[in-house]
Amino acid sequence: MERYTEKIRERARDLLESGKVDVFIGYSKGSVPMMNRPALIREPREVNKLLWDNHCALNLCNYLTKRTEKIGIIANGCNSRNIVTHILENQIKREQLYIVGIPCEGMVDHRAVARAVGQRDILAVEGLGEEFLVKGKDFEERFTKQTFLQRNCVTCRHHNPVIYDEMIGEPVEEGELPNGYADVEAIEGMSSDKKWAFFAQLISRCIRCYACRNACPLCYCPTCFVDESKPQWVGKSSDPTDTMTFHLLRAYHCAGRCTDCGACERVCPVGISMRQFTRKLNKDGETFFSWEAGLTLEKRPPLDTYRPDDYNDFIK
Amino acid sequence: MLERTFTIKEWTEALKKLRSFYRVFAPFKEGDFHSFREFDGSGSPDFNFGNTRLSAKALIYPQSERMFDYTLDEKNPDVNLYKEAVKDLSPQAIVGIRPCDVKGFRLMKRNFDNEEYRDPWWVQRFESTILVGFGCNDPCPTCFCTSVGGGPFNEEGLDVIAYNLGERFVLRALTEKGEVFLAKAEGDTGPGEDERRKMEELKRSSVEKISSRVATDQLKLKEVNALFSAPFWEETAFSCINCGTCTFFCPTCWCFDIQDEVFGKEGDRLRNWDSCMFPLFTLHGSGHNPRENKVQRVRQRFMHKLKYYVDKYNDGVQCSGCGRCVRYCPVNIDIREVAEKMNSY
Amino acid sequence: MNQTHNPYFPYPVRVEQIVTETEDEKLKTFKLRFLNPEDERKFTYIPGQFAELSVPGKGEVPIGIASSPTEKGFLLFTVNEVGLVTTYLHMIKEGYVMGVRGPLGNWYPWEEMEGKNVVIVGGGFAFTTLRSSIVYMLDPQNRQRFGEITVVYGARSPGLLLYREELSDWEKRNDIRMHITVDATDDPEWKYNKGFVPAVAKEKIKSADNAIAIVCGPPIMIRFTQPVLEELGFPPERIILSLEMRMKCGIGMCGRCNIGDRYVCKDGPVFSLAQLKELPPEY
Repeated sequence: MERYTEKIRERARDLLESGKVDVFIGYSKGSVPMMNRPALIREPREVNKLLWDNHCALNLCNYLTKRTEKIGIIANGCNSRNIVTHILENQIKREQLYIVGIPCEGMVDHRAVARAVGQRDILAVEGLGEEFLVKGKDFEERFTKQTFLQRNCVTCRHHNPVIYDEMIGEPVEEGELPNGYADVEAIEGMSSDKKWAFFAQLISRCIRCYACRNACPLCYCPTCFVDESKPQWVGKSSDPTDTMTFHLLRAYHCAGRCTDCGACERVCPVGISMRQFTRKLNKDGETFFSWEAGLTLEKRPPLDTYRPDDYNDFIK
Repeated sequence: MLERTFTIKEWTEALKKLRSFYRVFAPFKEGDFHSFREFDGSGSPDFNFGNTRLSAKALIYPQSERMFDYTLDEKNPDVNLYKEAVKDLSPQAIVGIRPCDVKGFRLMKRNFDNEEYRDPWWVQRFESTILVGFGCNDPCPTCFCTSVGGGPFNEEGLDVIAYNLGERFVLRALTEKGEVFLAKAEGDTGPGEDERRKMEELKRSSVEKISSRVATDQLKLKEVNALFSAPFWEETAFSCINCGTCTFFCPTCWCFDIQDEVFGKEGDRLRNWDSCMFPLFTLHGSGHNPRENKVQRVRQRFMHKLKYYVDKYNDGVQCSGCGRCVRYCPVNIDIREVAEKMNSY
Repeated sequence: MNQTHNPYFPYPVRVEQIVTETEDEKLKTFKLRFLNPEDERKFTYIPGQFAELSVPGKGEVPIGIASSPTEKGFLLFTVNEVGLVTTYLHMIKEGYVMGVRGPLGNWYPWEEMEGKNVVIVGGGFAFTTLRSSIVYMLDPQNRQRFGEITVVYGARSPGLLLYREELSDWEKRNDIRMHITVDATDDPEWKYNKGFVPAVAKEKIKSADNAIAIVCGPPIMIRFTQPVLEELGFPPERIILSLEMRMKCGIGMCGRCNIGDRYVCKDGPVFSLAQLKELPPEY
């Protein structure tokens, strides 16, 4: 993955120097291992901040909303699918964007790495192709990347960008996937009571910081329903009913739009796996509408279109 | 002052006894991280941790707390009359708190207990709390307590300090409150010469392990409006997603919201932690918002901690150096870098 | 802890009278009476201060006190219908029981104003604590403590002026100079000024000598009145403003209403222009 860094810098410099773009959005190295920082580059001399490694898992599309300049942006599969969704939902114009596509080999799950070293303090993580090296004060351990992928990367079917102006590197092959929704099916198989208990337990640590909502490119409403006061839909205390209302409604607002980029889960400071909500909706999108979000600019998403001759029964 | 030593097992037993006198809160490992929970006598608290994921802030200043209750039932003669909510303000012990989090309480006290007003609930809880601090043998790489007037074994504000010597814990009372607490713990007598040497060694080596340094010495001298309009805020704020992680995790962030909630005809007035990162925090009824953009909100957080507080109280920054915001910020905004920028601007 | 020492505790009051002030019915004045007389004694206030009106089930809203401490037995609050709490307040009936918490914040610089001419410039519904101040100064006990009193008060139209009866009473007195204005009107009966507040202020205010100016109104009015006053020779120390901010606690603890290191709820809402110039322009 690191091999693309130089190429990204080169392309960003060219694009900024030639005036093709006013700004370039990519990732820069964070001050904490595995925590890269999204960066906005304005000057060609700053392009060396840009990089590409195993930890570029925040969704950059989040930073595009309602911007007005000409923007260059790095896009792997996830970023590009959210860019498509953003264009469809009028949050950015295609003409404004110069998309530098990058084939993605999956991102590393920072929590799994911390777990693997027994929560000892990690000082540096270095990518070594198929492997990566974790350095602490008095230890160094090598791990195989494939076994430490973020969970959304494990079931990913769209590593390559679906929309781009140019591609850096050769597309990766999309491998054969086992059933990507085994976990969702397990929950579907539970009784109502069990399901409720499962989800209540899932979010029991939530502190309502809204990092999941705010890291999500889909959540761009000027006023979120949790912030509305007239009427007030959700209480603001840490009452479990309100917390559940927040998570359920947030998930439903993502129905037919979620690309399973994993940003929500990645940013959660208490490690809640809120993809368990959205993935059920993604599965339903595939089952009932043959729909996966963000693959094409040619079709409207199923939940924002209506046809009198819809073949589904519920519409009649 | 009273000193006692315990094996880990003895200490757990001592905490069980102390439950007769205090509500005992201690760190428990749950999944990937440690959290403070009330010790109910079962299981064992785990004192082998860097720091708890969330600070101990909520034990004195709960994330949500009932202030008043009232009835909206017009048949009730007390309709619409606010009554102070009943709460448990009985003595509690926070066992295993780190010195940085104790410093957090000391900084917060300025806000909640001042010459003009005293926040009744914060003050009562604070006063009924025993702080049994455990020094940090291995400070986290993001810690910088020594840059903000603290230290891994800093005793300021603690009632008891504990040294984790591996097999044994040595506890020393630092205040009268701590003395009473420790007397009730009924442990072995104080440490021997060998243990004393180990304690000194721990104290020394832990400071050396802190690798982050942050300069804050120039902040007081800066002109507030110059810092406010400094050019670096836009770049600093770019990656921010305006979540509440930094503020909720911070042991010194004290801002809150007040909300009324009704269930049927019974109502509560609650106060909840709030965050200057949320646009709603400053939104006027008219729609005007003095901090409408995230750059303004990010600037507010850092200006508050590193300039407004400094100017107002003349006693350093509003930060305990615990490093949680650095470690858990999902988009890696690092207060150490921001402090450098402000200090050298 | 005794409830009387709890700064969050709202004193119970009964709504004795509700007056609709403006023709758009967006402003109503609420006359409140304390249920417990001892609470009234504890609620000693000075013109310029505000209080939190506490509406059970809805929340609190900070509102300037429109009555004057010289008016005994009741409090007046003029409330604009804007958000959740104020919209509910506009629906309640006389006799309703609610809470009042305060008094909160600082006040106009009355000590400094002693012996000086007082110029009051107000616009729209931000005339509430100015009413309090005028009533206070016109009280026979107080009037001789101040020099000339000049008031410029304007609204968009005649029907949007607050306290119209009192305005016309004051208009008739000779110990206060009233300059009432409206942005525009086609009412042939209108006998006062027409034009924006800053323009009328420029025309009517004669001198800054030995004078202090208090300015309350919408931001745009304040912005254009400021140069008028400065041109007249008012130094920033003698231009006094009352600010609005989103507030919750009212006692400088909840953190949201700061401008720099000052809290509008506790260190304000009254600031001199000189003080504001030292602070970040974030309000």
